[in-house]
Amino acid sequence: MPTARRSPGDGDAVVLVRDLDVRRGDKRVLPGVSLRIRRGAVTGLLGPSGSGKTTLMRALVGVQRVHGGEVTVLGLPAGAPELRRRVAYVTQAPSVYADLTVRENLEYFASVLDAPAGRIGEAITTVDLSRQVNRVVGTLSGGERSRTSLAVALLTDPELLVLDEPTVGLDPVLRQALWQTFHALADRGMTLLVSTHVMDEALHCDDLTLMRDGRIVATASPDELLRRTGTDDLEQAFIVLAERS
Amino acid sequence: MSARVTFATARRVAAQLRRDRRTLALIFVVPPALLSLLRFIFDQQPQSFDRIAAPLVGLFPLVIMFLITSIAMLRERTTGTLERLMSMPLAKLDLLVGYGLAFAAVAAVQATITAGVAFGLLGVDTAGPVWAVVLLAIANAILGMALGLFLSAFARSEFQAVQFMPAFILPQLLLAGLFLPRDRMPRPLQTLSDALPFTYAFEALTKLAADDVDGRLWLDIGAVGGCIVLALVLGAATLRRRTP
Repeated sequence: MPTARRSPGDGDAVVLVRDLDVRRGDKRVLPGVSLRIRRGAVTGLLGPSGSGKTTLMRALVGVQRVHGGEVTVLGLPAGAPELRRRVAYVTQAPSVYADLTVRENLEYFASVLDAPAGRIGEAITTVDLSRQVNRVVGTLSGGERSRTSLAVALLTDPELLVLDEPTVGLDPVLRQALWQTFHALADRGMTLLVSTHVMDEALHCDDLTLMRDGRIVATASPDELLRRTGTDDLEQAFIVLAERS
Repeated sequence: MSARVTFATARRVAAQLRRDRRTLALIFVVPPALLSLLRFIFDQQPQSFDRIAAPLVGLFPLVIMFLITSIAMLRERTTGTLERLMSMPLAKLDLLVGYGLAFAAVAAVQATITAGVAFGLLGVDTAGPVWAVVLLAIANAILGMALGLFLSAFARSEFQAVQFMPAFILPQLLLAGLFLPRDRMPRPLQTLSDALPFTYAFEALTKLAADDVDGRLWLDIGAVGGCIVLALVLGAATLRRRTP
């Protein structure tokens, strides 16, 4: 696994991205992005919509067609068949079957993933859907649907969990609960990458990566970002960094 | 490919269909109802009715499974469940065969009901065995599913997917000889119909109805099988792990 280019400190990196190049038509969506995500942390991926957050996440889980660069996840090239149980991805729109119940959805995906039967119950408890298990997903609220989608991602107890805007449209109480869940998962050793365009949410993260126009403008902890920019809120910090870049 | 994943997929597709009772009712009621309607339209020409009734029993599943599969697959694509499955340890064949098994089961019930009404109540005359008509109907359903799966990749919305029915299915039905036998069509149209899968499905059913069991029938059945494989291969090619 060690490579010549491995730099000191990469040992605890779960994700290593080097010069990632993604184009859509003539547009360079990601014109050479490099990034490192450390193990067991909640890393926030921040930026306005259209900044390339989803494309970067898709590249990490190996569903994005890429045009150059290297993406290494858990020591393997992103999208490698060996990673299909170790990495989980929750898209912004809940990717579950609206015409099946919560339990039917989880049972189906558990079969595909060959997850132990006990994991279904654990996943349901983690996302707090015990009372809704027998309801058809299409009749659930938006938040409950997203949590069903999240439960599917937890079935294999993945080492890396990639979440695209998981808190959009949720009320503040639920949002708070979800962030607590993320930290509980990280405390168990899971690595999480969570995208958001709400700056307030960034305070919940251990590490932050700020994106703008397909480029990474800063990578640091929330405190460090505030200190570096001499501001006292992340919204301001983002503006300062955007002007500097 | 894994039997566990294939059967789980078939069970999942069946559960989705079961939940949609109205669609199921339409699948089972519309074909016999249409046949009954035709029976009365052709009241004065029973021999004309006989000529198309048995082939129609075998063609309804093709049309209906085409429509259902293209919409179901389009939903898998647009809701992100297909992308999710493609990021999981699922082989493309697991998905294709899983869908095939579920729809073949539905087609078997549909063809049995339609055949029961046609041959039992409406007095349709078929010289060949009824079970062979039902078996061909199931094969046609799988052909319809495979075509729907492939074409759904070219639809961006459900509106577009529904339009594929008049665009791809209706011309094939007409060219296969439903209204006018192929040998009475202009030469270029005959040649065109030689290249279309429906032609062989229709011809096989017509031969069965007339008990015209010869080498040509087996060639036609072989052609239907070939079209299923080709459409499935093309359909599998539209399932991508990585997308732009």
